[in-house]
Amino acid sequence: MVTIRADEISNIIRERIEQYNREVKIVNTGDEASQTISKKSKKPQYSRFTQQELPACKPILTPGLVITTLISIGIIFVPIGLGSLSASEHVVEIVDRYDDACIPSNGDDEAAKRERLSFIQNAKTNKTCIRNLVVPKKMKHPIHVYYQLDNFYQNHRRYVKSRSDRQYRSPGSEGDTKTCAPESEVDDHRPIVPCGLIAWSLFNDTYGISTKDNPIPINKKDIAWQSDKNSKFGSNVYPKNFQKQDPVGGGKLNESLPLSEQEDLLVWMRTAALPNFRKLYGRIETDLEADEKITVVIQNNYNTYSFDSKKQLVLSTTTWIGGKNDFLGKAYISVGGTCLFLAIAFILTYVIKPRPLGDPAYLSWNLNSATR
Amino acid sequence: MADRSKSKIRFSRLYSFSCLRSPFRDKHSQIGQKGFSRVVYCNEPDNPDQLQLMYRSNYVSTTKYNAFNFIPKSLFEQFRRVANLYFLVVACVSFSPLAPYTATSILFPLIVVIGATMAKEAVEDWRRRKQDIEANNRKVEVYERNHNFQETRWKKLRVGDLVKVYKNEYFPADLLLLSSSYEDGICYVETMNLDGETNLKLKHALDVTASLHDDNSFQQFKAVIKCEDPNEDLYTFVGTLLYDGQQHPLSVQQMLLRDSKLRNTDYIYGVVVFTGHDTKVMQNATDPPSKRSKIEKKMDKIIYILFSTLILISFIGSFFFGIQTKNDIVGGKLKRWYLQPDKTTVFYDPKRAVLAAFFHFLTGLMLYGSLIPISLYVSIEVVKVLQCIFINQDQDMYYEDTDKPARARTSNLNEELGQVDTILSDKTGTLTCNSMEFVKCTIAGIAYGRGMTEVERALAKRKGKAVPDSGNISSYVQGSSNGHTGSRKSVRGFNFKDERIMNGHWVDEPHADVIQKFFRVLALCHTAIPDVNQESGEISYEAESPDEAAFVIAARELGFEFFERTQTSISLHEFDHQSGRKIDRSYKLLHILEFSSARKRMSVIVKNVENQLLLLCKGADSVMFERLSRNGQDFEATTRDHIKEYAEAGLRTLVIAYRELNEEEIRLWEEEFLKAQTSLNVDRDAMVDAAADKIERNLILLGATAVEDKLQKGVPECIDKLAEAGIKMWVITGDKMETAINIGYACSLLRDDMKQIVVTLDSPEINELEKQGDKEAIAKALSVSISKQISEGNSQLRLSKGSSISFGLIIDGKSLSFALNKNLEDSFLDLAINCSSVICCRSTPKQKALVTRLVKKGIGKTTLAIGDGANDVGMLQEADIGVGISGVEGMQAVMSSDFSIAQFRFLERLLLVHGHWCYRRISMMDVSARLCLKYPVLYKEGVQNVFFSWPRILGWMFNGVISSMIIFFFTTNAVANQAFRRDGHVVDYEVLGVMMYTCVVWTVNCQMAISINYFTWIQHFFIWGSIAFWYAFLVMYGAVSPIISTTAYQVLVEACAPSPFYWLVTLLVVMSSLLPYLSYRTLQIQFQPMIHDIIQRLRSEGSETEIPGELSLGSKDKLALVEDKLRDRESLLQ
Repeated sequence: MVTIRADEISNIIRERIEQYNREVKIVNTGDEASQTISKKSKKPQYSRFTQQELPACKPILTPGLVITTLISIGIIFVPIGLGSLSASEHVVEIVDRYDDACIPSNGDDEAAKRERLSFIQNAKTNKTCIRNLVVPKKMKHPIHVYYQLDNFYQNHRRYVKSRSDRQYRSPGSEGDTKTCAPESEVDDHRPIVPCGLIAWSLFNDTYGISTKDNPIPINKKDIAWQSDKNSKFGSNVYPKNFQKQDPVGGGKLNESLPLSEQEDLLVWMRTAALPNFRKLYGRIETDLEADEKITVVIQNNYNTYSFDSKKQLVLSTTTWIGGKNDFLGKAYISVGGTCLFLAIAFILTYVIKPRPLGDPAYLSWNLNSATR
Repeated sequence: MADRSKSKIRFSRLYSFSCLRSPFRDKHSQIGQKGFSRVVYCNEPDNPDQLQLMYRSNYVSTTKYNAFNFIPKSLFEQFRRVANLYFLVVACVSFSPLAPYTATSILFPLIVVIGATMAKEAVEDWRRRKQDIEANNRKVEVYERNHNFQETRWKKLRVGDLVKVYKNEYFPADLLLLSSSYEDGICYVETMNLDGETNLKLKHALDVTASLHDDNSFQQFKAVIKCEDPNEDLYTFVGTLLYDGQQHPLSVQQMLLRDSKLRNTDYIYGVVVFTGHDTKVMQNATDPPSKRSKIEKKMDKIIYILFSTLILISFIGSFFFGIQTKNDIVGGKLKRWYLQPDKTTVFYDPKRAVLAAFFHFLTGLMLYGSLIPISLYVSIEVVKVLQCIFINQDQDMYYEDTDKPARARTSNLNEELGQVDTILSDKTGTLTCNSMEFVKCTIAGIAYGRGMTEVERALAKRKGKAVPDSGNISSYVQGSSNGHTGSRKSVRGFNFKDERIMNGHWVDEPHADVIQKFFRVLALCHTAIPDVNQESGEISYEAESPDEAAFVIAARELGFEFFERTQTSISLHEFDHQSGRKIDRSYKLLHILEFSSARKRMSVIVKNVENQLLLLCKGADSVMFERLSRNGQDFEATTRDHIKEYAEAGLRTLVIAYRELNEEEIRLWEEEFLKAQTSLNVDRDAMVDAAADKIERNLILLGATAVEDKLQKGVPECIDKLAEAGIKMWVITGDKMETAINIGYACSLLRDDMKQIVVTLDSPEINELEKQGDKEAIAKALSVSISKQISEGNSQLRLSKGSSISFGLIIDGKSLSFALNKNLEDSFLDLAINCSSVICCRSTPKQKALVTRLVKKGIGKTTLAIGDGANDVGMLQEADIGVGISGVEGMQAVMSSDFSIAQFRFLERLLLVHGHWCYRRISMMDVSARLCLKYPVLYKEGVQNVFFSWPRILGWMFNGVISSMIIFFFTTNAVANQAFRRDGHVVDYEVLGVMMYTCVVWTVNCQMAISINYFTWIQHFFIWGSIAFWYAFLVMYGAVSPIISTTAYQVLVEACAPSPFYWLVTLLVVMSSLLPYLSYRTLQIQFQPMIHDIIQRLRSEGSETEIPGELSLGSKDKLALVEDKLRDRESLLQ
């Protein structure tokens, strides 16, 4: 540090000159030379990424941009809302709650409840029930027939997990029932096919529809998802030991049909997300005229009486948006409206209190007001 | 040989003050007692008595872990993090049936996070280990039993070993100096690694051992050292040496400490006294603290909040679950019969509903565990690693001269870089390059030297003047360009340009005789030793300090070449202006009255060939002007003016004067001086001082020198920028006050228009008091004095409140030690915070660390310490962020730092650019590097912690809650239970799940997109890529066998995608959940814009394009306008 040798100095100068010469050479010979040089030195390699010099676009929320965005959202949203709303309006829907009508005692007291339960749980009682409905508007085919259950927790954690996709798919996995408890096997340890609580509690009310004296056929084909039929449920897996011992839950299955063709089961097995849900029962392939009277013969088998539930029969047409629900349309209109309102509000503030955003007056570094 | 001739000089005869014998002091009586029990058998490391003492080996380990404790210790460290502990517990529980999902899905990220961090720790520790290995395997010569010196590794050294250390080698352990290549056993030691001081220290062997000169003289050497136990005090040593049957007192004068370096001495012999961890430097070492950034600490708090939320949600959920479960069987009747509550497990058992609820609570903790963002930890780690790469790879922080890029050594603290409030800086080697350059002088009232200093250049630049670029290149490079002149070759330490006196032209100047005397003083009045290169005949100098070297070199360059020193003479090649030739002149050296911080001057008494007796003197202006004789004050006024100018330019000045003596005078004085020197009184020092004082009077002024303590390139500009960014700067240095103030001016910390508040104990009354003894009284008086000075300072500040005067505080180390006492701490901190710059001089490494701690605790904001030497280690470790300057030598500071850079000026980029970006890491970047540097004020956002303040965190949380509510309620209401397709299918739980999650993916990414203001292809790629990936994932995962994909099988392709309803819901929900944030931001930009908003707006308006060449004409006008505005603003502020 303190020692200064003249020869050191000349060394340094020589090095400098050499380095300069090298650099000149790099310029002259191009990339190859520069690579060999940079291997020696610890100088960071140049890349636009490491130097953080990537080309960038820098959008900024200017009032103009925001107002334009808001207005365009509004302009797009309101028509969509109107479209959805009108689509929903075009849907014709008949909803009929029949659970309390199709049971002998309607009281709210304990005795009535008990009576209802013993009625529904007794296999011998005649559960046929007839409902008369009026078509409010012309319903074009296909008319979808649904059953709707309320307060039924198909999404309960125990219920959802109580199934075995392997078993449903291939006959070889018949014994794969450990996830199906408590409906995995009968007393002598033969597996139940299909196992699990979901299958066991299969919905089993049936509907027969007719106008005056003409029965209207309900098409039960293609009510399940195609993927379920093709892949999830085997075409060579047949029900075994199903609903053969107490407690018997819901519907029984035709043992001569493979699971993939038991479409009611497949629909049921697609568990619902929320406690109130509809499931497809079938389709009517004929139009129903306005004010037409239809008769529904219901076999009221399914027990929803032990918990506070509702059973409804739903006949509904569809449009491009699906079934009847005004929410989407209304939401679109209100969000679009809000956007337009905000846009107007911003325009007004901009007119009332115009201040160029890039005002450097706000840049002073000892003005605290600028930052806080 | 030059070596031989040099070693014959007995400096102890020349030096009048420092070679004092150490007498037995009180403490020596304690030897053998507690704390002073060490016994060393010199030259007998195998002596059974020595072995029995079981002293530690010289093996040094600074690692945190070893092979055995790495796993448990680092695991323990990891699980001190709350979130990690939570995830561990969850991972354990997830193996039970309670888990709502598989154990691996939670275990995997945990292992990744912990594994990555542990690997990082391991790598860091491995580096430390490598350094240890390097140090432990360094070679040193040890005296072996075969009576020869043989090379051995440092780690094999034992207490009592006799070692030989050569010039420029580090001492391997704490040694007792026996003898050196100099006859009288002195040696020079550089202690930069210990205390940061660059002046060489003189060490002196005992007279009895100094004669042991060559390898053979140690055959019979036996001695016993009894001394203090290992301790951390660098400045004292108490011991005795039993040699030849006699006791000799030992002091720190004989101790050579590990990690200091032998300089200007060819070799020394020494005995190992303390080894390994017993050495003073290792005793001073503290364990490297594991630093955590503020944001990380805050993250912990956020985790607590989220954790409480999690517990609350789980509790509410399990409460209702319990009620529902209990109701499943009422009076023996099953209610939800489809769940078979009578044949259930403990988790759903209505009969044990409370237990079931408790288990559900545990499940809930796991299920809602995504509230605790483990993936956030993973991504933060990844981002930090990337940021480290960006810092390491930044070409603008690469220093070509030493081939050193910047290094981020820990990744924990990246974002802290964006929040630095106070910088504590070392001086030597950090702000300055530690090289002195002779740049100007004033002789006979005429100022010479046309060079421009870094400071003047910075000043000029600030005033907006054009700066000649020539001086910008380091001085020694220039020579190569015009090498043909030969004589004009530039020299390190000499940056003086003035054709009036260079190349012998000084003879034509009006006061040629004065100029001649002036340079003779420079060539004679020093303690340097010339080293003549035999081949080239060129001369280099070994001097005690760089200043001194600069003077001798200056004299040489101007034709007064000092080439030989003997015991009694100094010889010069001189340019003789009568004959016009070079002649040799020899001066007989009678006395050296050397420099000390108290005397502030140095003199030599010489007799020239004409038998004239001369006293040549150089010293600080404060002591020199009062010593001038009445007829020697000819140019005093102009010289004073020049000195003032120089000082303002940040130069160190010394006044040069001389006097002629007559034989009689000198004889009388010598008598008195000798008497004082040989006196055995306690106040011998004072007597010597007084005697010297008598002869250094009636001086005749010649002129003054100005030496530039060369600032590193770009330091003043960098400090300016940092100040503009609102960062406060403290300089803490071991230098003396004058030097520190000088540097303060040099790097624009202190300015002319600033008021200085000086707190010092260097006043006559205090000195008087100290002489009286009675330690307690002194301490009390000093404390009172300091508290008075501090409160005076505070009242000054209060008085000037409102006015534009700014204050600079200068405090010395001794005062600092009182100011740091508990009772004064607060008022001192008050004072210091309110001053715009603070300079602490004469501070020890420990004080540096203490000041750092005080600042850190006192203001509670982020502190950054920057330093280059081992003496800064404490400071670097104590501060929130330690930045090491990776200089030419000494890696201690770098090893204990968190970031290392090669030059101080890179700090600007590290903080303003990388700090800003790291802090705003969510968006990676919001404004470009150029704008960050142009508007340092952007940095304030970080200091004020705008982006990670509680309101902001809670705001984002609130935004999250709103978004999730919109997503949940909008989707569930939209689907209700109707068909969602034309074919009549209804929504089941897989479809609803996909629908909601699609909305989540879109919302999160769009939210990110509108909060980012800087899109490169990377942002585009990841944001839009994430969304695209979600669909791709659905398609791909939906295509695999339903056994694996279960509910996701074909869900998008078959169920969702063909339904317009699905897309409409997505659009509605995403737009609605973005709307609150969008309107908030718009209002904010309009009414309360943040700094970066303004700057972005400036840029987008076209006034700040990235490439100036692409400016359109219109925007150029605009740019000019805005810049005018800015300038007006700035001038208003000044």
